[in-house]
Amino acid sequence: MTKSELIEAIAQKQTQLALKDIDIAVKTMLEHMVESLENNERIEIRGFGSFCLHHRPARTGRNPKTGEKVELPEKYVPYFKPGKELRDRVNLT
Amino acid sequence: MALTKAAMAEKLFEQMGINKREAKEMVDAFFEEIRTALERGEQVKLSGFGNFDLRTKNERPGRNPKTGEEIPISARRVVTFHPGQKLRTRVEANAGTFEQ
Repeated sequence: MTKSELIEAIAQKQTQLALKDIDIAVKTMLEHMVESLENNERIEIRGFGSFCLHHRPARTGRNPKTGEKVELPEKYVPYFKPGKELRDRVNLT
Repeated sequence: MALTKAAMAEKLFEQMGINKREAKEMVDAFFEEIRTALERGEQVKLSGFGNFDLRTKNERPGRNPKTGEEIPISARRVVTFHPGQKLRTRVEANAGTFEQ
């Protein structure tokens, strides 16, 4: 499912808002979530999951082709932990 | 302070001029449609944000960490999230401002 299919799916289940408004709403929500992570602020959605940043310390890596050492700086990567309802609904057993 | 559904609805109310009930329903519908797609076994790709993928895991041996007793971890399907290039770049660009 892509973003536009998600927008369509939301539109089909309600009658109050025009497709254009749902499009704006979805983009606004995603932008809000990105801004939150950009500021190292957690996102907590009950029944869905939580997003936060994980810190990766600097390390010495290697170029797998040449075997040459490369210094990799520390970085922050977004991490998602699914919530209980999502885990249960997705798990088939 | 963590971002919650209430804060997301508040922003829709402020920026779009839809009423508070519509804003709350929109936030609920957004997360519910993603869950429904994943439940169907469908990957969800949100450009500019990231992809929610499904992985099937086979049964594997596990252990009760308290008692040391061996119990198998049953086969299961799990959700994984892969942040997109744009999200990763935006987070990295701002990382210098984070307090240690």
